Amino acid sequence: MIEVTHLTKIYGDHTAVDDLSFTIERGKIYGLLGPNGAGKSTTMNIVTGCLAATSGTVRVNGHDIYTDPLAAKRCIGYLPEIPPLYTDMTPYEFLTFVAEAKGVPYEEATRQIKEVIELTRLEEMQNRLIKNLSKGYRQRVGIAQAMLGNPDIIILDEPTVGLDPKQIIEIRDLIRMLGESKTVILSSHILAEISAVCDHVLIISHGKLVANDTIANLEGSVSEHNHLHISIRGELDAVTAVLANVEGIISCEQVPNNNGTLDLKLTVSKERDLRDDIFFAMAEHKIPVLSMELEELTLEDIFLSLTDGEGTVSDPDTPADGEEDATGEEEEEEKEEDAQ
Amino acid sequence: MIAILKREFKSYLHNVSGFIFIAFLLLFVGFFTAAQNLFGGSANFAYALYNVVIIFLLIVPILTMRAIAEEKHTRTDQLLYSLPIRMSSVVIGKYLAMICVFLIPMAVICLYPFLLSAFGIMHYASAYSAILGLFLLGSALIAICTFISSLTESQIIAAVISFGVLLAFYLMNGFAALIPSSPLASFFCMVILSALLSLLVYALTKNFNVAVVVATVCVVPLCAVYMLKASLFEGLFPALLSYLAVFDRFYTFVYGIFDMTAVIYYLSVIVFFLFLTVQVMEKKRWS
Repeated sequence: MIEVTHLTKIYGDHTAVDDLSFTIERGKIYGLLGPNGAGKSTTMNIVTGCLAATSGTVRVNGHDIYTDPLAAKRCIGYLPEIPPLYTDMTPYEFLTFVAEAKGVPYEEATRQIKEVIELTRLEEMQNRLIKNLSKGYRQRVGIAQAMLGNPDIIILDEPTVGLDPKQIIEIRDLIRMLGESKTVILSSHILAEISAVCDHVLIISHGKLVANDTIANLEGSVSEHNHLHISIRGELDAVTAVLANVEGIISCEQVPNNNGTLDLKLTVSKERDLRDDIFFAMAEHKIPVLSMELEELTLEDIFLSLTDGEGTVSDPDTPADGEEDATGEEEEEEKEEDAQ
Repeated sequence: MIAILKREFKSYLHNVSGFIFIAFLLLFVGFFTAAQNLFGGSANFAYALYNVVIIFLLIVPILTMRAIAEEKHTRTDQLLYSLPIRMSSVVIGKYLAMICVFLIPMAVICLYPFLLSAFGIMHYASAYSAILGLFLLGSALIAICTFISSLTESQIIAAVISFGVLLAFYLMNGFAALIPSSPLASFFCMVILSALLSLLVYALTKNFNVAVVVATVCVVPLCAVYMLKASLFEGLFPALLSYLAVFDRFYTFVYGIFDMTAVIYYLSVIVFFLFLTVQVMEKKRWS
């Protein structure tokens, strides 16, 4: 459907999009994810022909966006970040204008306008001036506008920004419904939104594509380690000595608390569930384990690790590199002592 | 294009700007017709129109200021870029919408010679050719101000610059008369013009080498021609300035001459400035 190859956009001395290549397939909902200023909007603007790339090509259904822009644009419905609405018109007038500008024949246009107004639940507002509508309704007019002309691909740039929770849910339902018959690409910097709606995620950081996969695969591939939170009644030295004999623990860190228990946060390998091993090892030494909780890396962690490019350093729950090393060393020392 | 035209035309009638334009034009044409033809007892309607021209300096910027500047300001230009229509259709659609607004008072003005004929003998041919001249002048000024509107995001700035530029065009013949017609003066003016052109190129492209190339391409032939045949520069610059005197072409219509060159001049001004507007819109895509 959309083939993007080696797309680069340079503003002065700032590279907004850096050698981006990806393919969008028919009938899926794609999420374009990235922190603010990562190049999401720039990419979308280039794909929709609103902006010209410095180099690279975009083909939409086989039509090049530069050499055959009209045919390519007919396949795309686009809602930019700020819905481009003429505020001195009513939604109905505006949609009529857009349908006409997209070259939809009159009778077909009347039918389509009725349909999109129903889908976006604009019936009550269709004859009020757009300048008197709230942000949520304006956003819906923007989406309705993108749906006109029956394009195969619908591109929505941050469609839920500035909406209240109820409206967000409604817009998400609408996007899911659109995804049944069309290809939808939406951008967001909110992970919950992407994971709630999208089949496939493209993560962009500093203009580069850092991940292009399904959500399930991403969760599987990026995190090599899980975190295990355990709460034990016992002494630190005794516990670490026991843990040193359990295979698969990568590092161990004490979480201070005032409950009189020893709380540890273990970084464990993903291959095996270590909870059984730890339980039996502790039981052997008669150290009571009060609780054990396995924390799997969420999409949030994956996102942070990919967009920072330095592991999960900025994740507040994860120890900084230095601390990790320190606990690792301690453990090694302890192991040596054990051996002696 | 039709869709854009319809939308823009409706929008002018929803806004004040279209009505201000129509009302002021009719008010002044009516005022000068009353002064010249009714009270003055003149049978020449063209003289009334001759006085009307100055009001264009104020009302054309009011009509054109929002044409493209507002689209940029409210980001609705993104819609135009993403729609499957050519930028030239967008600009022509917008321009024709303004021409349609302009046609409303012009249609009313077309009735005046008939009304005046009740009081004496009217020369319909000269009256209507003057009306056509006024229409062409207005259309050319609208094209120029549309271009100015495409250069900025602010309607106020667009209006002020439009007013300044129109005033300069209005006074252009006076400027041209001030400049000595000696070859040396013209030569210096042309060199200064080349320098300004290369500065403009530098401002637009931020590329020093291109600006230098433009300057060289302009200045070297100028020097060569001046050395070989200085007499060619005799009165060249004032002549060049008089090409910019958009208003003066209208006066030939007022004197009862239907000047085909003036018609072609106005049409080329329109095409030229609409072309520039399209280029400015396309350039934004490449920035």
